[in-house]
Amino acid sequence: MSELDHAQTTRHIRVTVNGVQYERDVLTRTHLGDFLRQDLGLTGTHLGCEHGVCGACTIILDGQPIRSCLMLAVQADGAVIRTIEGLAQADGTLHPVQEAFWDKHGLQCGFCTPGMVTTLAAVLEADPTMDEVAIREAISGNICRCTGYETIVDAALQAASRMRGDH
Amino acid sequence: MGARYFGAAVKRLEDPKLITGRGQYLDDIAMPGVLHVAVVRSPHAHALINAIDASMAREHAGVVAVLTADDLGDMARKPMPMMAPAPMVKTPLTQSPLAHGSVHYVGEAVALVVAESRAVAEDAAAMVMVDYDPQPAMVDLAHALKDGAALANKALQSNLAGTLKGGFGDVAGVFAKAAHVFKETLSLHRGGCHAMECRGVMARPDPSGNRIDIWSSTQSPYMVRRALALCLGMDEASVRVTAPDVGGGFGPKAVVYAEDYAIPMAARHLGRPLKWVEDRGEHFVATTQQRDQLWELEVAADAQGRMLGVRGHCLHDNGAYLPYGVVLPVTSMSSFPGPYALEALEISLDVIYTNMVPNTPVRGAGRPNTCFVLERLADRVARELNLPREEVRRRSFVQSNQFPYETGMKARDGSPVSYDSGDYVQCLDLAVAKFGSDFKARQDKARAEGRYIGMGIASYVEDTGLAPYEGATIRVQPNGKVLLLTGAAAQGQGHKTVFAQIAADQLGITPQDITVEAGDTSLFPLGIGTIASRVAVTGGSSVHMAAVETRAKAIKVASQVLEAQEADLVLEGGFVKVSGTDRQVSLGQLALMLHGNFGQPLPAGIAPGLSATAFYEARQTTFANGTNLCEVEVDIETGAVKILRYVVAHDCGTLINPMLVDGQIRGGVVHGIGNALFERMIYDENGQPQTTNYGEYLLPLATEMPRIEIVHMESPSPRNPIGVKGAGEGGTIPAAACVISAIEDALSPFNVHLASHPVSPQDLVQLVDQG
Ligand code: FES
Ligand code: FES
Repeated sequence: MSELDHAQTTRHIRVTVNGVQYERDVLTRTHLGDFLRQDLGLTGTHLGCEHGVCGACTIILDGQPIRSCLMLAVQADGAVIRTIEGLAQADGTLHPVQEAFWDKHGLQCGFCTPGMVTTLAAVLEADPTMDEVAIREAISGNICRCTGYETIVDAALQAASRMRGDH
Repeated sequence: MGARYFGAAVKRLEDPKLITGRGQYLDDIAMPGVLHVAVVRSPHAHALINAIDASMAREHAGVVAVLTADDLGDMARKPMPMMAPAPMVKTPLTQSPLAHGSVHYVGEAVALVVAESRAVAEDAAAMVMVDYDPQPAMVDLAHALKDGAALANKALQSNLAGTLKGGFGDVAGVFAKAAHVFKETLSLHRGGCHAMECRGVMARPDPSGNRIDIWSSTQSPYMVRRALALCLGMDEASVRVTAPDVGGGFGPKAVVYAEDYAIPMAARHLGRPLKWVEDRGEHFVATTQQRDQLWELEVAADAQGRMLGVRGHCLHDNGAYLPYGVVLPVTSMSSFPGPYALEALEISLDVIYTNMVPNTPVRGAGRPNTCFVLERLADRVARELNLPREEVRRRSFVQSNQFPYETGMKARDGSPVSYDSGDYVQCLDLAVAKFGSDFKARQDKARAEGRYIGMGIASYVEDTGLAPYEGATIRVQPNGKVLLLTGAAAQGQGHKTVFAQIAADQLGITPQDITVEAGDTSLFPLGIGTIASRVAVTGGSSVHMAAVETRAKAIKVASQVLEAQEADLVLEGGFVKVSGTDRQVSLGQLALMLHGNFGQPLPAGIAPGLSATAFYEARQTTFANGTNLCEVEVDIETGAVKILRYVVAHDCGTLINPMLVDGQIRGGVVHGIGNALFERMIYDENGQPQTTNYGEYLLPLATEMPRIEIVHMESPSPRNPIGVKGAGEGGTIPAAACVISAIEDALSPFNVHLASHPVSPQDLVQLVDQG
């Protein structure tokens, strides 16, 4: 089979995204980020580099923050995924990380924000005791050109405190 | 009127949708039937095009069309108009929407492949066979004007696009009498845009062919409309350009690009909606950047270390074309003399064509460049005279009793450049106070322990609120909610919030009562663009003027309705009230009245609608200023630089929203730190870009960036009704100079002098070894 024939190959996959089950035939060469955006219409996940450095495309897959541009959609068969669209509760109550981004001016253009928020939601849900150094380490794979990171870190610290149940 | 929102840290109106993934950036917009475009780009820095064979690509399944300049007709072959025409340029070069006959940088657009999906379009783009005849490339700025240098374009006799000259005073006299004259050879590089959202264009032609809707991830939707309407021979009213949510701009997105022309042309040609979204690889080669400047300068100082005069020469790499005219080098030129009250200045700047990506302003434009060279000179004077670096600045600054201060330079319209307000010494002293006085002791102690810490300093003045104008319409609706329409779109700055803050105070409502629509040419007639730290001044002032007028109208009509004196009326909570009584009428009721009813004349002397439109024309420039101090530690074994502290004292006039101003400063400083330490777009000797991904081209990351400690000073500008000055670039302008100053100070035991940026760890290790 030539390279271009491969380009036509599809597979049937099942994924759960933000609590909804989807079954789709997907081109095997389609990366997960494109699948979420184009096939499922979930455009909140952004693509900033498509080579695994900027982190804008981060989603939470089976509890882990991962880069959706570095994974093929077929590899996600059977996975449970959360994207930025699925972080707030059904009644609109924001996730503590989202709330804190708003409070602390953790975003300007908002393009890196879905990746930042999903990364931080995943790591803080796992460990809300993270300090500034750990938080900076956790987002060291997410590039923001607008904010200089400080207000993102402040937002994460506020969210962590909320999630620990302080105050 | 009490200022409840103006000046307050109001949370942004923009955020709820952006934090929940409901933003609508260009690539998110659903467009039924849209076809996808991949651009075939030049792999050569300089080549003639003998032929293009697209037959294989055209036959590829899923491909709808492959379009070259020849397919799209005359307009696609003609050079695009320069956005800011520059009569001083003898051979003005701009590229055509699609290359025609030759290419002059790697990444230049050659053909469009239109297909059912982007993936298929990219497959087929690789099948377009272009027969190139490679030519020698001009990539060596230092030798660009030497005999035998390769010419960047066959149309040129010389790589010199033009020479800018500026200055004032008796330069020879000042240098002759000066106690000290020092010479510096400096060079700097600034890198690219790297907005996290790349560019993109979508176009939907009307089936009649008489209208077209365009979406562009641009800072300048009105410039795109103007360019397209003229190029396509259409009425401006028939070309609708929308800047949707835009994921960062930083200057390069203000340019009207080849794709802004070619995609709409192709959409009209095919009668189908088309979308092209730049990928990151394209962004590295096809989005404008700022490249190198090489400077030779001399500074004259008196015996006390007061800087008296500067003279020098610059070679400025402008890349293959001048899409923006010479705006970028002019901005370097016009940023002299910075905060310094020089007696004389003489600068000449050669704008050079090379076979690299065209240059246009990146955050700060040419100002960080000029700040860097002036601050290097100030540091040199301090070092030679053994004075504290801050003291040379205090002595050399424009003093507070000199405002308005005419620098001696001429503005673009020939009028004298005049700094409006401020106290540069006080602002510097605020930074020094914040930084603390124990640094020297800590530095000595650290050195004794074999650690090398340094303090950096840099001061700047920035012209903000660039002419000509922005405008706004305020319209109260019958439901009492307010619509605010403006041409000044945002790329993350938070314009909607600050505009709503300004209007809310005037109208006695909350920012949440106001819906701001910006960046859609069908909603507001005219606009310029969000560049050059200009929108708070121009857009903000126009919103204020429209709100004041709307308020006056509400009071006038309400005084008739309530049978009360205008002086007794106040606007509060969405009502006009007679103060001290319970008589009131809502803004919504007034709006309903002024919307009018069949057969009933409006009150005498009152025009329809509770609304007003105002344009603020920036006929005089406002000047922000500030001083940054930072502390770094350099590991002399590895060359690693750690920024331990960063202090900003700045004055951008009256603050509308301090939280947002701080955001602009922090992001700006970090951009400048990137310029000092990381960002380096490398081309090889054949003009091939070498750093085209984020493994090779480094951007600042969270782990390396310091907290930015900010002190505000507010010297209102007397030149606009709200006293503001721009803040979008003030963080970036001094940051690279400040970091370099600090590294040099840290390494002073090794006699290290830094004359360029970015500096890499390898550079520093080498300099330490030589020291
Ligand atoms: S888009 Fe996936 S890491 Fe940048
Ligand atoms: S907010 Fe713009 S890139 Fe982070």
